[in-house]
Amino acid sequence: MKGKNVWVASFAAVVMIAIVLLLAGSSSVTANDQSSAATSEVKIDNFSFGPQTLTVPVGATVTWTNRDDIPHTSVSTDGVFKSKVMDTNETFSYTFAKAGTYPYYCSIHPKMTGQVVVK
Amino acid sequence: MPDKKQDLIDQKLQDLNNDGVDRRGFLKCMAWAGTGLVWTMSGGIPVSRAFAKTADRSAGKGGDFSFVQISDSHIGFNKPANPDVTATLQTAINKINAMSHKPDFIIHTGDLSQLSKPGEFDTLDQVLKGASARQIYFVPGEHDMLSDNGEQYLQRYGKGTKGTGWYSFDQKGVHFAGLVKEWLEDDLKGRSASTPIVLFAHIPLWTIYPEWGWGTDDSEQALSYVKRFGSVTVLNGHIHQIMQKIEGKVSFHTAMSTAFPQPAPGTAPSAGPMKVPADQLQQVLGITDVNYVVSGRSLAIVDSPLGA
Repeated sequence: MKGKNVWVASFAAVVMIAIVLLLAGSSSVTANDQSSAATSEVKIDNFSFGPQTLTVPVGATVTWTNRDDIPHTSVSTDGVFKSKVMDTNETFSYTFAKAGTYPYYCSIHPKMTGQVVVK
Repeated sequence: MPDKKQDLIDQKLQDLNNDGVDRRGFLKCMAWAGTGLVWTMSGGIPVSRAFAKTADRSAGKGGDFSFVQISDSHIGFNKPANPDVTATLQTAINKINAMSHKPDFIIHTGDLSQLSKPGEFDTLDQVLKGASARQIYFVPGEHDMLSDNGEQYLQRYGKGTKGTGWYSFDQKGVHFAGLVKEWLEDDLKGRSASTPIVLFAHIPLWTIYPEWGWGTDDSEQALSYVKRFGSVTVLNGHIHQIMQKIEGKVSFHTAMSTAFPQPAPGTAPSAGPMKVPADQLQQVLGITDVNYVVSGRSLAIVDSPLGA
């Protein structure tokens, strides 16, 4: 019995991996050559964005995750992007198609600032 | 630029130290760990009383009217140290209803909700419906204007207000102005300098801790309009703890939250909710009782914890 469960589990894992690979493969076909796998994270902890300056290649998707017990936002100073309110553990993603420097802040706590540099 | 501002703050603190000595004794916070603040207005000077212990005494002195300030109910918040902010708000309302002197009205100084969600406002309304005070005045906090620029807040609580929720009213010779901004200049025009003024807004109108955004940039301007008045009381929330300052004829006071405490300025990596043991929570939440007595021309402010 036990052996069978393990087998089922590993079969499921293999299927999952296959699906993931398939998805990854298909997205790299449609995505820009340069940045097919480029995803980057900004974590919000203790009312600050980390890293405060994040450098990513053109086409990269940046995901902000709020790890505070207080809601935050990520709003581009130049109006390029604007997240909804992120409650605890909620995320916001934005894909940067053009090179440049993108300063942003939390509209609820304007002291919180950061920037994404896209090269 | 920041240095100049800091100099200004230092200068102000200096002024306070030179000028505010006897007044400081006048406006004494009797309970530093509470859930609400009870204010007694006596001749325009607010005096606060500890909720449970001194309420009866000052009621006997015949306050011309009194009101209770509650703040930062954050309905919808469910993290440590308070998984049930609705229950603690209910406790605050029960406490107000049980007061021996019935407050004429309640002022809620903002952050009614955690995320400006309709359901959060609904829950708040449900709890506040049980308050014996006939009238409740609101000002919005930043949490009440998160998703829709405060549209829903204005619809529910801002009827008859100007702009983003500014309004004023008079109660027995005391002038109250909510969510102070540029319009204050007009609002105060033609009023006698002897009129006691009470300003209430969410974010403190004095710079408490700029690093955490505790203070507003436009407060200097707002305060310049009240300089000629003999008694000005400023009631705020936002920082979830009691702080007081007296500067000339202006008394500043911030109230406790009914939801969760925040750390003292600079004592934690951020201003996030402070976690306290469950059995201590009600000592750091509170209400504020304010009593006004015309004969003594003073306003008494008393903060008292929920768990008193």
